[in-house]
Amino acid sequence: MTQVAGGIFTSHVPGIGNAIARGLQQDPYWKPFFDGFNPVHEWLAREKPDVAVVFYNDHGLNFFLDKMPTFAIGAAAEYRHEDEGWGLAFQRPFAGHPELSWHIIEQVVASEFDPVTCQSMLVDHAVAVPYELCWPGTEEFPVKLVPIAINTVQHPLPSPKRCFDLGRAVGRALKSWKGGEKIVVFGTGGLSHQLEGKRAGFINKEYDHFCLDNIGPNPEALLRHDSLEIVELAGSQGVEILNWLAARGALTGDVVELASNYHVPISNTAAATVLFENREFLPA
Amino acid sequence: MNAGQAVSGKRQIFGTEPFDGDLAMRGYALNAMCYSFNTKDNRDAFAADEEGYMAKFELTDEQKAAVRNRDVLAMLDAGGNVYYLAKLAGILGLNVQDLGALQTGMTLDAFKAALLSHGETTRRAAA
Repeated sequence: MTQVAGGIFTSHVPGIGNAIARGLQQDPYWKPFFDGFNPVHEWLAREKPDVAVVFYNDHGLNFFLDKMPTFAIGAAAEYRHEDEGWGLAFQRPFAGHPELSWHIIEQVVASEFDPVTCQSMLVDHAVAVPYELCWPGTEEFPVKLVPIAINTVQHPLPSPKRCFDLGRAVGRALKSWKGGEKIVVFGTGGLSHQLEGKRAGFINKEYDHFCLDNIGPNPEALLRHDSLEIVELAGSQGVEILNWLAARGALTGDVVELASNYHVPISNTAAATVLFENREFLPA
Repeated sequence: MNAGQAVSGKRQIFGTEPFDGDLAMRGYALNAMCYSFNTKDNRDAFAADEEGYMAKFELTDEQKAAVRNRDVLAMLDAGGNVYYLAKLAGILGLNVQDLGALQTGMTLDAFKAALLSHGETTRRAAA
């Protein structure tokens, strides 16, 4: 039986990718962030998921503003990361799972969502960095990827409730999948940060802790703010918490936090990594 | 459509202008140029001939002036989106801390210190 084993929620700051490329994991600046992945590595080694469904936002690698989907679901046999403008491209390809992608597409459209479907798709640091963090140094990644991109770049953004509901629809699709794989869901981005304008460098630890305390046991609490209110609370890029909300929606079982690491600052970002177990099919 | 009403109806957030349809329209040429910088050949072509490259993408006079002056706030006013501007910043040798300092009028050291002033590591693990 298909099992959604858990969720990995993490920041995806490009600077983390640079730190990986330069081998700075033990550097005093970076270590407190990278150490947050020790329990994730242990969990992945124990659970050995087959598939990763990743909710993220594209930052101008695959999508330009000429065609900007609110929701886009990848259905490719393989995905690649490429140079995003600063010369760093991770080389390991990402195997896709087109059959599961199309099942998810069928099911979420039946749930009255209208995603763009992508049979060819580059994935940017918002997928590549979490993968590199989770599976450092392996020959190839041990999971098949279903990427689901959410527009957090160009307003109007989808509402937090819409993102959460999309995640729930994906969660229902996963429960009805007959493939029998073990699945891990990712939500990437956040927490509070803002790169542009006179408020650049904005951090809001109070809102971050509100998110960290509620995203597991009470995700509906995050729906009390609309997307622009989240921009105000979390910063222009902190609104990437929408990806976390969608991923949380896809965890439809009894969600238990196994580990959480909040570290400020990483680059201009309040960084966080949270590992959830989704006790849906496990014995009580 | 009454543009004045649309503008006045926007939510005001200090030091923040959400990148919406108005900015997306205003900034299209600048953002298109920056999107091209995903490719190294294009970055090299810009570095070799900034004026020619900006002309090819039909940047507005306001956008050209902002790029010439390395004025990040002016690039934002001209409709630049930070995710695309980040690709230009890379060519100019600026990282996001440099950008933050430029936009806030702080020195780089002061901007970094402001980030570090939030310093916190909070870790939880299930028993």
